[in-house]
Amino acid sequence: MITKVRNHLSQNEALLFERSSPGKKAFQLPALDVPPVDAAEALGAGNVRAAIEGFPEVSEVEAIRHFTRLSTWNYAIDHGMYPLGSCTMKYNPRINELVARIDGLAWAHPYQPESLAQGSMEVMARVEAALAEITGMDAVTLQPAAGAHGELTGILLIRALLEKRGNPRKKILIPDSAHGTNPATAAIAGYMVQNIKSSDTGVLDVSALAQLVDQDVAALMVTNPNTLGVFEHNIIQAAEILHKKGAMLYMDGANMNALVGIARPGDFGVDVMHLNLHKTFSTPHGGGGPGAGPVAVKKPLEPFLPAPRLKHSARKWTWDYKRKHSIGRVKAFYGNFGVLVRALAYILAHGGEGLRNATVDAVLNAVYIRKQLEPYFDLPYSSPNMHEVVFSDHRQAALGVHTGDIAKRLIDYGFHPYTVSFPLIVHGALMIEPTETEGKLELDQFIEAMISIAKEVETDPHTVKNAPYGTRTSRVDEVTAARKPVLRWKPA
Amino acid sequence: MRYLPKSDSERRRMLEVCGVASPEELFAHLPEAVRLARPLALAPGISEYEIVDYFRERAAENLEGYTSFLGAGVYRHFRPVLVDTVVSRGEFLTSYTPYQAEIAQGTLTAIFEFQTMICQLTGMDVANASMYDGSTAVPEAAMMAARATGKGRALIARSVHPEYREVLRTYARYQGMPVEEFGYLPDTGAIDLEDLERKMDDLTGAVIIQSPNFFGIVDQVKAAAEIAHRRGALLVVVFTEAVSLGILEPPAEADIVAGELQSFAISPSYGGPYAGIIATKEKFIRQMPGRLVGQTTDSRGNRAFCLTLATREQHIRREKATSNICTNQALIALMATVFMTVYGKQGLRELAEQNLAKAHYLAAKFQPRFQGKFFNEFVARVAGRTPEELNRALLKRKIIGGLPLGRFYPELADSMLLCATEMSRRADMDALVAQAAGQPAGKEVLA
Repeated sequence: MITKVRNHLSQNEALLFERSSPGKKAFQLPALDVPPVDAAEALGAGNVRAAIEGFPEVSEVEAIRHFTRLSTWNYAIDHGMYPLGSCTMKYNPRINELVARIDGLAWAHPYQPESLAQGSMEVMARVEAALAEITGMDAVTLQPAAGAHGELTGILLIRALLEKRGNPRKKILIPDSAHGTNPATAAIAGYMVQNIKSSDTGVLDVSALAQLVDQDVAALMVTNPNTLGVFEHNIIQAAEILHKKGAMLYMDGANMNALVGIARPGDFGVDVMHLNLHKTFSTPHGGGGPGAGPVAVKKPLEPFLPAPRLKHSARKWTWDYKRKHSIGRVKAFYGNFGVLVRALAYILAHGGEGLRNATVDAVLNAVYIRKQLEPYFDLPYSSPNMHEVVFSDHRQAALGVHTGDIAKRLIDYGFHPYTVSFPLIVHGALMIEPTETEGKLELDQFIEAMISIAKEVETDPHTVKNAPYGTRTSRVDEVTAARKPVLRWKPA
Repeated sequence: MRYLPKSDSERRRMLEVCGVASPEELFAHLPEAVRLARPLALAPGISEYEIVDYFRERAAENLEGYTSFLGAGVYRHFRPVLVDTVVSRGEFLTSYTPYQAEIAQGTLTAIFEFQTMICQLTGMDVANASMYDGSTAVPEAAMMAARATGKGRALIARSVHPEYREVLRTYARYQGMPVEEFGYLPDTGAIDLEDLERKMDDLTGAVIIQSPNFFGIVDQVKAAAEIAHRRGALLVVVFTEAVSLGILEPPAEADIVAGELQSFAISPSYGGPYAGIIATKEKFIRQMPGRLVGQTTDSRGNRAFCLTLATREQHIRREKATSNICTNQALIALMATVFMTVYGKQGLRELAEQNLAKAHYLAAKFQPRFQGKFFNEFVARVAGRTPEELNRALLKRKIIGGLPLGRFYPELADSMLLCATEMSRRADMDALVAQAAGQPAGKEVLA
């Protein structure tokens, strides 16, 4: 029974280009207070373009209706639970949006004199310090723009240190449960990727690791807790194995939401890690960005961090560009400052104790879901889980219904689907991460929906296989989209 | 904690269901050695009121009430009110990457419109859903060119934004991508075609120029394309000032356009977040990095959009992907989309014309260092004192002057890069000019 939602009307809306009509305007510029110049003369006749063919021409009210109508076609955290495993879709406090738009912060130019940027620099220094405390690491760079960008920065740091020690080495070890960004990053940093098979209990196989680590291995990239939501309990041992052979331990911090205030990577042997501020620290995902991917390191890696670095001297913040061992810049300017402001607002709102309480609730929510769905869905790994839980569609697949179908049916019940078919080590995975910002009622409705679908699979699999029904757009033909790509509008 | 939506009794009930006596038990499986035995050393949580206060204080430590003539990759343009109205809608702000097309048509449709408008602006066939920013779009474009040509060497003009060049070096270092620079002409500020010609070889896969370049000069796209193509390399054209595309001929001879959209209603925000783009010709689609949205139909035959050509991407291809990029800048790209919609065909042109007029008004009072045609930025030589000294004098009048160039170009240590946009008032420009000329800005100058 679907109890959480019922249908309502949604407006149709054409593309901007189809709505346009010559001469319509949504703008007015101030009168020019200097003499106009002849474009052909100022720029050279050959450099001046004709009108931009096809560019929109709509009025202000049409513009706002256009985007408002489009917005109603989206599901969002503001509507309800968004249990995408590994994505940490938590509530985005609106105060964070407000403070990021304060004029003195939002209009700060990256090249304005340091004496007129002390507030921005202080914010960044405070973010660095908070993240160092949370991770137990020694130094933090805020320059990387996103998680994968942080990964690249982290691996380049490892490479730089090993190079300085005489040999950058050749390989990065990556468990088969890892995110796709890990191997893609290693390749961009010039390393070969060697996959490690997870153990029967879904964690790092330490004896396999011990056999693989040799003088060619630069680092192990590991997500902890891993993508099954299981804490890598052998992590200290793994770090010892790596360190003994001169290799490093890189931690993908995608799942840090399970650890804040409970355990610190810096205390369990991690040398380098990145954080996703748009996950753990609640900066909005915005339909796929912007994010921020700070990288935290232990002391030996600090000299190699991207330049410039914040420096405090004579009671003032300055930017230190003279960093001779630095890997260089990974991005223009200093980082996604606006995202850092939001993350700091989140940290200030919680405080140390609040952050830990959030972690506890995140884990409680995931365990609560696991307990109640275990009778209905196959749980391939029975190790205790933390902030997320991964089931498989094993039972449902026997009846011809797969994880993707269950996900689509969940939409009809008023929820965003969980993460489908990841991690790769679980065939037909259902990866569920509720986060701490779901209340008991929303969780109970989710559980009820999942159980109802499990029953539908047994009684009426056809219904599940063709879902969703309640959305304005039904199942989308992704095959044709890829086979005959139409990537831009053209006039008919 | 106000963001945690559970009462104590609900929590207790849930712990019971989980079969644990206390929240601590949820973590009992963690080895003792990894547990943090003390509270985090962070201040206690504070209220909304105090948070606003904290950030207002920080903002006050930055500038307030200053006029600025800084550009150099980050421009002051008015942000239409509609932009924040749209991006503040929770449906856009608090949704994820649109993997589930049935409930993400809003984001997908907007990205499709974004891709279309970027093509219309740049003269390219296809554009992706955005990159982190302009600086990271450059190495992504260079890697793309290397894949398309099978040749790793890249030649980049010294007149490309200096920090973009630094980012390219960082990325290129470990990928067998030697990067070499070629110069600009000291009289025009445009690329030195002879130097480019001299440094070209058959191992070069990418020639990278910027237009308008870092000095504001409209650069020689056609000539650079000819040289690159003759030796089997691709031409990458970079832009940092997107408003210029409202009036300048699009770089249609380029093979890849890599740009920064900060000018399209994206706050300067001390350096980010911004949004970059990569646009290219049809034949290079499969070499593109980043997300792409395509048109298709749903099972009822209605037009629909979805993410497509994902086989290029890291979550499918892993170490063989075209890039490790995962997150793009969807919300920021949406700001740019709303901006382009508000200004539209006519407005973007008028906006560009105002920028052109303001910058030429200002430049007429200086001695521009280069004779090349420029859009809204130009290099001015400072007479009688260093650019830093002039800037210090200007600060006393609440004016932030241009960017002193010595830091990036030792040979231009006597010059600064000045920018004027539609937000530069004539009175402020006159005040700047008066200071630069060594006179205090009197009433008669401002009149």
